[in-house]
Amino acid sequence: MLGMIGATMLLALREIRRHLLRSFLTTLGIIIGVAAVITMVTLGRGLTADVQEDIAGLGSDVFIIFPTRADPNIAPPPFDDEDIRAVEMQIPGVEGAAGSVQTSATAFHNGQDWATTVQGGDREFFAAQSIDIVEGRGFSDTEEARGESVCILGPKVVEEIFQPDQILGEEMRMGNVSCRVIGVIDERSNAVGGGNDADDVVFMPLKTVQRRFIGNTDVQFFVVKYDPAYSSATIQQQLIDLLRERRVIQEGEDNNFNIIDTAEINDTVNQVTGVMTLVVTVIAAISLLVGGIGIMNIMLVSVTERTREIGIRLAIGALAREVRLQFLTEAVVLCCFGGLIGIGLAFGLSVLLANAIDLPFIFDPTVNLLSFVFSAVMGIIFGYYPAHRASRLDPIDALRHE
Amino acid sequence: MSEAPLIELEGITKTFGEGAAAFQALKGVDLTIERGDFVAIMGPSGSGKSTTMNILGCLDVPTSGRFRFRGVEVQDLTRDQRSLLRRRYLGFVFQGFNLLARTSALENVELPLLYRGESKKARRAAAERSLDLVGLLPWADHTPAELSGGQQQRVAIARALVTDPDVLLADEPTGNLDTERSLEIMELLTDLNKTGITILMVTHEEEMAEYARTIVHFRDGLVERIERGLKADAPSAKAAGEHA
Repeated sequence: MLGMIGATMLLALREIRRHLLRSFLTTLGIIIGVAAVITMVTLGRGLTADVQEDIAGLGSDVFIIFPTRADPNIAPPPFDDEDIRAVEMQIPGVEGAAGSVQTSATAFHNGQDWATTVQGGDREFFAAQSIDIVEGRGFSDTEEARGESVCILGPKVVEEIFQPDQILGEEMRMGNVSCRVIGVIDERSNAVGGGNDADDVVFMPLKTVQRRFIGNTDVQFFVVKYDPAYSSATIQQQLIDLLRERRVIQEGEDNNFNIIDTAEINDTVNQVTGVMTLVVTVIAAISLLVGGIGIMNIMLVSVTERTREIGIRLAIGALAREVRLQFLTEAVVLCCFGGLIGIGLAFGLSVLLANAIDLPFIFDPTVNLLSFVFSAVMGIIFGYYPAHRASRLDPIDALRHE
Repeated sequence: MSEAPLIELEGITKTFGEGAAAFQALKGVDLTIERGDFVAIMGPSGSGKSTTMNILGCLDVPTSGRFRFRGVEVQDLTRDQRSLLRRRYLGFVFQGFNLLARTSALENVELPLLYRGESKKARRAAAERSLDLVGLLPWADHTPAELSGGQQQRVAIARALVTDPDVLLADEPTGNLDTERSLEIMELLTDLNKTGITILMVTHEEEMAEYARTIVHFRDGLVERIERGLKADAPSAKAAGEHA
């Protein structure tokens, strides 16, 4: 039996070698199908990872709360420190809350200038937003309490107006305010807050920015970090109730603030990519089906074309099942080659496309393996009928076939 | 077993089609062929010689009658059992050579061995020996398109011989060849017969039939007459039997 499979394998490979172009064209459907599936899934994975990284930039298990207009004609009241303290004190499960403000300002250093954003945020804000400091240090209690002129730079600002080895301790100016550089934050992907490049920012203590740049003690938005052991929905409802009460919103009136739940965004993204993957899979399945029918078609043509050959084989003593196995092997080998070429093509395409649209390339061995196995199965399914037909031929008729 | 004739046909009939369109190709053929014989089957077209050949080659089964090959009742065998019989004991040479196109002579000759599950080395050695026997070893790498008709038929004979068959069935083996090549092929078949292989050949050419030791004449689906013992210099049936 093993020898028989080896021999039919050899025959199949010889046959494919003899019809190289036709074999290639036959498997094109499978090649394209497999390449499409793997490319789409790989890019989908990359997209998901990319979005998830963005969301991670917002911090995990975090709500972001900011005022919005309930009535288009009335500006919503801002939040202030009192609101943040109330949230921290009154809602169980809240680990901390921190406000932030930001405004545009020009950074000056060493005779160079760069238009950027100045953002106020204390250590608690850094923690809630998962902002890491890669050089220097964060703000101290004193600096935060006194509203001192110290700043932590985003990597984009460093790149524009600083020398790589002369950053910490340098004096610079933000607008009219001079400050001393005490740290640099890690590169982040785009985070919330203006939608600008999250790396193009200069952080100063909240109080400093409120006093020296804005001129009041309001916060533009605040983040609430909660213990993931608590239900995010319950906390969100409690937040809504508390803030409605504090902002004196009557029953039936709309909220004049908005709560962004990063967990919810995460779910939504997962849902969207899940649907996308499903759609792609269905399209891919259809294209593979078409590819499989192509295989069947060519195998039927091949059986007709090689009727005489089948006659010779039967005459010299091939068993029906050996002829069937030979044609089935041919179909499966063809499909496997198609699958392999498709995988290779998908690899190249994925790397290229991921590069072009700036997504991470994430190799997924499962999808690749599954696609390959699936191609082989297509070979068996669509190769069986032609192979069966070949095996049922009458040797005398087959030998007479012109 | 050694006493039984190699081939016995008894009251073989063969009908094609059904009802009004039915055509009886064989109407009761009786024929005995001994081991080591060289038989030419002759007759006008439609006389039933090809149908008989197909039955003798275990490619077809009779509608009625008995066909014993080496004592085995062939008409009772399944399709696959007949395949195994062909694989083990029979070699075929066709009028149209029937070689696989775009396939080297060596690979063509190896083909029957593939179905025996022999190792690559053994296949190659046997195929080369067989090609050598027909004088075509130097052409082993040539495809049929690169060979003359006579050479192609020699490759076909090498393919039929590679399994060491008891019987070589040749259906108009010289039908597509000119006289000179035909005679070469007949010489080759005669030489093979001298080594003990039983040869059954269908032909309509008297000149080719002259090489045979037995000539069976067919007419209208029946054996008309049999001429035996035509070549006195041929080895005895007994000696050939011992060889096989």
